[in-house]
Amino acid sequence: MDNIFIKYSLIILFLPLLAFLIQIFFGKNLPRQGDWVSISAIVSTLVLSITMFVGMFVEYDPNFSQEFSFTWLDMGAFKIDLGLLVDNITIIMLLVVALISTCTHIFSTQYLKGDIRYSRYFAYLGLFTFSMNGIVLSNNLMSMYMFWELVGVSSYLLIGHWFEKDSAANASKKAFLTNRVGDIGFFIGIMLIYTAIGSFAFSDIFEGVSSGVIKSTTLTIAGLGLFLGAMGKSSQFPLHIWLPDAMEGPTPVSALMHAATMVAAGVYLSVRIFPLLTPDALLVVAYVGGITAIFAATIAITQNDIKKVLAYSTVSQLGYMVMAVGTGVYTAAFFHLLTHAMFKANLFYGSGSVIHAMHHALHEKHDHETDPQDMRNMGGFKTKMPITHWSMLLSTFAIAGVPLFSGFLSKDAILAGTLSFAQHHPQHILLPIFGFGAAAITAFYMFRMMFLTFYGDSCKPEIMSDIHESPKEMTGPLVLLGSLSIFIWYTLPYFNPMSTHGWFTDLVTPQDSFVPGNLSAIEIEEGAHHAHYLAMYISIAVAFSGILLAYLMYIKKVFTAENWAKKAGFLYYWSLNKYYFDENYNRFLYQPTLRLASKIAWVDWDLYDKYFINGFGKITNLASHITAKLDFHGIDQILVDGNGKIVNIFGKSIKRVQTGKLQNYVLYVTAGVIILMIIQSF
Amino acid sequence: MDQLNNYLFIAAALFSLGVFGVMTRRNGIAVLMGVELILNAANINFVAFSRFGGMNFDGHIFGLFVIVLAAAEAAVALAIVINIYNNLNTINVDDASSLKN
Repeated sequence: MDNIFIKYSLIILFLPLLAFLIQIFFGKNLPRQGDWVSISAIVSTLVLSITMFVGMFVEYDPNFSQEFSFTWLDMGAFKIDLGLLVDNITIIMLLVVALISTCTHIFSTQYLKGDIRYSRYFAYLGLFTFSMNGIVLSNNLMSMYMFWELVGVSSYLLIGHWFEKDSAANASKKAFLTNRVGDIGFFIGIMLIYTAIGSFAFSDIFEGVSSGVIKSTTLTIAGLGLFLGAMGKSSQFPLHIWLPDAMEGPTPVSALMHAATMVAAGVYLSVRIFPLLTPDALLVVAYVGGITAIFAATIAITQNDIKKVLAYSTVSQLGYMVMAVGTGVYTAAFFHLLTHAMFKANLFYGSGSVIHAMHHALHEKHDHETDPQDMRNMGGFKTKMPITHWSMLLSTFAIAGVPLFSGFLSKDAILAGTLSFAQHHPQHILLPIFGFGAAAITAFYMFRMMFLTFYGDSCKPEIMSDIHESPKEMTGPLVLLGSLSIFIWYTLPYFNPMSTHGWFTDLVTPQDSFVPGNLSAIEIEEGAHHAHYLAMYISIAVAFSGILLAYLMYIKKVFTAENWAKKAGFLYYWSLNKYYFDENYNRFLYQPTLRLASKIAWVDWDLYDKYFINGFGKITNLASHITAKLDFHGIDQILVDGNGKIVNIFGKSIKRVQTGKLQNYVLYVTAGVIILMIIQSF
Repeated sequence: MDQLNNYLFIAAALFSLGVFGVMTRRNGIAVLMGVELILNAANINFVAFSRFGGMNFDGHIFGLFVIVLAAAEAAVALAIVINIYNNLNTINVDDASSLKN
């Protein structure tokens, strides 16, 4: 099976593109608006991905890697090779994308039933899957950057799917523009690396880094530039502002892109470029991730919109992964990416299912005022929507880090990494504090969400009779992904729920960093291994304390949230208003920019245009008036007309000779002859 | 009488009479007659030079050509004059000025 992986991955890459092209051109005219085209394409990629995944198990080689590249652009010294790289990370990631994408396609057939742009929605899903697979398969920064932008475009298109709503249109613009900020850094990073090494391919870059072709300062800046791209895409602080707004898109899209795959692209990039990040760059990465993790978690506590809670939770979990990359345990980051993709996508599907039911119930009651996403209007759905409830509960256990669930393993690996990092560098003790703090808060707000939605008494008893479990197309993905929240899938062939040891750790082994002076993979792993038990105990303790607090507050009502909110005072309002980030960006970034722009516009219009340009106009006008006068009175009237007049005068006097009488002419001839003869005779 | 000059004088006189006729007459026919006189003056010159210039019969042949041409010219010109008369009821050449202006 030499090249079979490359062939399969080419098919996996281009099938969704084909579906996109068919859908965008013919979708509306096909039966069922062509959703079966997209679904069959995506199911085929899923089958191929599973085949590759099984192939990976057959090989069971941690260093397995196949590469295929071709020259895309050859201009003498400037040559760009593009290509595909298939290794274990790629295969796992392809499976994640294909699986979540398939679930999203199937889920969407119900969730978007009767939507006016149904076929276009599926077309965009195909475009997204194509571009995401492109990122995953790239073996070089150049094509990764291209697909990176394509992912941004499809995100823009899908967030703005209901662009009639102003909020959706604005959210899509915000997502696109915020990503641009990161992508500029990404591009600068690529260019820096290219100038130093002369290649875009990962293998060449790593070789160049290890041989010291690139200076460490340049490498730090380049690494931070690349990481800025990852920050934009993975919505890290301070570029996190777009992700919560992106929830304006359809919920299955939120599950696919803004929870499982697209936002993971930044983490994926960080994992790929980890070997070239210098210690300084890694430190920045770790702190950005840590701050994002704790900061987003504190916002999620007070949000009332069910999707907003999940959005901030996603930001926080992505912060975890980025922090893990920064502390060196980047395989743990990738592991968390994998588990998080499953349980977070499932949580979004669950919220979609709940919103769907709310929508339906409110529609029955002709209530168009109540927000179907607000958790304050829910409660007590447990018996009405048992499948949604149970599968969401499994995923909530996973994200909260309860043992026996997938999130526990991956989160534990990350926390062990941060602990060991803090043991190596005691001055960075804040990082594990961020990590464990975020873990406790995560457990609290996730259970708050569950309790508010599914337990207790209904806040709106009148709609309860119309709340129904969602159709099979929606519960199917829920059951599948809910079961994937259980640890067993990730530790096979071993059954120890306390250890991550399993196929993943066998197949995805950490590589040494190529930057001279960084800790080697063995050292990092040793440290993490030592910290493992301590991390595990603390993380179990914080997870259960978070859950307990949520239980006491929302089920037993020992404390009421309102009292605590009052006690917390301004902290509560900060969290509720997302630390006023949008407002502050508006005040300190957008408004000054706008003011500056209007100042410049004033200079441009009122000064430059009005005085300089218009002045030029006036001078030209004046000059042309003078020239016109000279032209008219001088040249025209005297010279040109004068010529005419002279000709006229002469003509008038000479024309008398032309009598038209033949005899006169003969007379002239005769006279002429006579004159000639007289002249002759002298 | 066998002098070239005599012939030339006669031819000159005839030519002058013809030119005078062309210049002074207003009658189309009279103008034509003047033209004929000029042509015949030229003919006399041709023949005279041929006779006294030691040449062969070249001049005679030229003279014959001129006569033929004159006949043709007279026919065309008379036709023109008749047309003018038909259209304008006069053969005064000064009145035939409708192309003027």
